[in-house]
Amino acid sequence: MEPIRTLRSRTAVLAVSDIDTDQIIPARFLTTTTREGLGKHLFADWRYGPDGVPRPGFALNRPEAAGCTILVAGDNFGCGSSREHAPWALTDYGFRAVVSTRIADIFRSNALKNGLVPVLIDPATHRWLLEHAGAEVSIDLETTTLTLPTGQAARFPLEPFARFCLMNGVDELGFLLGREAQIAAYEARAGIA
Amino acid sequence: MNAPAHTLFEKAWRAHEVVPETADTPAVLYIDLHLIHEVTSPQAFTVLRQRGLQIRRPQLTFATMDHSTPTRTEQVFGGAPIAIEAAARQVRELESNCAAFGLELLNLRHAQRGIVHIIGPELGLTQPGKTVVCGDSHTSTHGALGALAFGIGTTEVGHVLATQCLLQRKPRTLAINVSGKLPAGVGAKDLILAIIGRIGVAGGTGHAIEYRGDTIRALDMDGRMTVCNMSIEAGARAGMIAPDETTFAYLAGRPHAPRGEAWERAVERWRQLPTDPGAQFDKAIDIDASTLEPMVTYGTNPGMVMPIGGAIPERAGDPVFEKSLAYMGFAPGQPIREHPVNVVFVGSCTNGRLSDLRLAASLLRGRKVAPGVQMLVVPGSQQVKRLAEAEGLHRVFLEAGAEWRESGCSMCLGMNGDLVGKGQYAVSTSNRNFEGRQGIGARTLLASPLTAAACAVRGCVTDPRELM
Ligand code: SF4
Repeated sequence: MEPIRTLRSRTAVLAVSDIDTDQIIPARFLTTTTREGLGKHLFADWRYGPDGVPRPGFALNRPEAAGCTILVAGDNFGCGSSREHAPWALTDYGFRAVVSTRIADIFRSNALKNGLVPVLIDPATHRWLLEHAGAEVSIDLETTTLTLPTGQAARFPLEPFARFCLMNGVDELGFLLGREAQIAAYEARAGIA
Repeated sequence: MNAPAHTLFEKAWRAHEVVPETADTPAVLYIDLHLIHEVTSPQAFTVLRQRGLQIRRPQLTFATMDHSTPTRTEQVFGGAPIAIEAAARQVRELESNCAAFGLELLNLRHAQRGIVHIIGPELGLTQPGKTVVCGDSHTSTHGALGALAFGIGTTEVGHVLATQCLLQRKPRTLAINVSGKLPAGVGAKDLILAIIGRIGVAGGTGHAIEYRGDTIRALDMDGRMTVCNMSIEAGARAGMIAPDETTFAYLAGRPHAPRGEAWERAVERWRQLPTDPGAQFDKAIDIDASTLEPMVTYGTNPGMVMPIGGAIPERAGDPVFEKSLAYMGFAPGQPIREHPVNVVFVGSCTNGRLSDLRLAASLLRGRKVAPGVQMLVVPGSQQVKRLAEAEGLHRVFLEAGAEWRESGCSMCLGMNGDLVGKGQYAVSTSNRNFEGRQGIGARTLLASPLTAAACAVRGCVTDPRELM
């Protein structure tokens, strides 16, 4: 995983609350056995018409959304299934951060493992972002702040270990493998052989 | 001095701490049971291969196939191949991964195959106090037996395969106290839908739920599993119920349950698990079950739910709510009863167990599915199918004009060929009414097996109590 310290981008805004993982990537695209290439199916049923033609009104299809790496979504993003295909689709598309007031637990956990920063911000900052699609914002993991073009900065919570992993490009599997001695001791105590 | 009082969750958590959490690092938590299926595992095996890792404890992982598998008998047992090529590839990949890494797999034609959350308890793999994970959010189901069970992503599937452990932050605890007798025609599904309606789809985020109270005690294991199953629909990764005599009676004699003296010792241990008197929860809510009614969803998330006799709420000036109603083709203030229905689905890990099929059959017996309505009854496992057939339930369904299929996730999610058409209304006993969940443009109304059967008979949204 690439280390992430700061992100700076215009925002793409999807002002819909409770965006579930079936919207992020519909189940019919889950028959894949790899994690690559899912970006083209991101928000498929909102992004494309029945004929497969992009819907011009959808936020990600507008020309100004091209190249945005920060997605601002309505309240409670990522509820629903545990499919890691959701963050895979978002990162394959090019997003590096998702901003909302609330992010579902499993989605957040999956996002962190794929270098997608879950940014939980206060309702006032959130409202400002929803009303200013395309605003140039920056996200700093060192200070865990999101800064608006107005100069106003909002802190966001980020679990220290997750932050460490993101900033150093460390993956959890390596960390777990490094706990071999403790795991073996636990198994010996529990009689697992 | 008294020993400190702990919750059920706390006890299960502490017993599995390989390394406790600190301010800087999450806990390393040991996993007793890991269930995998074809959809969320392939990329985890890829990582193992890339990094040259082995599976640490192959005997603690069990594999089944359920999501992308077909349910038509001729496709499962006949010569007819799986119609969707990508699904067939996924199934083959699970087979080769399990063979290569030495994992036990219940393959397509195995007599014990079924939906992952049905077979775990059914085979006695799921046990009180165990940590159970699966790359599937409805792993919360297993909490009905007093296990600490939660869904994980594919990266974490790889972590468990390689280390039998996960890095986890301890969630907060939420007690949901339910008291009072459920009225006739109102069951576990109505109860959990009412709970989600009350706390909302994010009400449990960051929490492990414990369902408590006399109503929960009175539920059979199938009903408890229905309740815990939908914990994730309230945002909670885990939902638990303390083990009791009902739990022990359910587990006794199951293939993977302990036997003889080991059984006695296990029960002794399991009796220590329930929450101690005086233990504190971070949050608690109370629900009166005696006033509940059959519930049905009207929108595009499970929190958009109401008593079946009610009218669709109004939320003027809420564009997301309006968008949801527009998708459903409903108007605020409209009653939902009598609304025509095209498809009825009885099945899924929420309501695909034997008692669910019995409930549906009790309403269908001697009746017919309304003309023009397609009804699909899909048992949650091959064992549920056999038990239902031994009781003759399949004849009730077939004589009513419903289809009787092989087990699998089926119409719960649109990836195995069982689909609801665009714009069609489906009354479904599954757990998610998200846009497109059952097929592109499909409109899902979540309800209990009794309500689903009543809707099938009348061809419109029907209060099951009218037919009881
Ligand atoms: S039945 Fe539905 S919710 Fe349950 S495991 Fe299958 S797809 Fe998931």
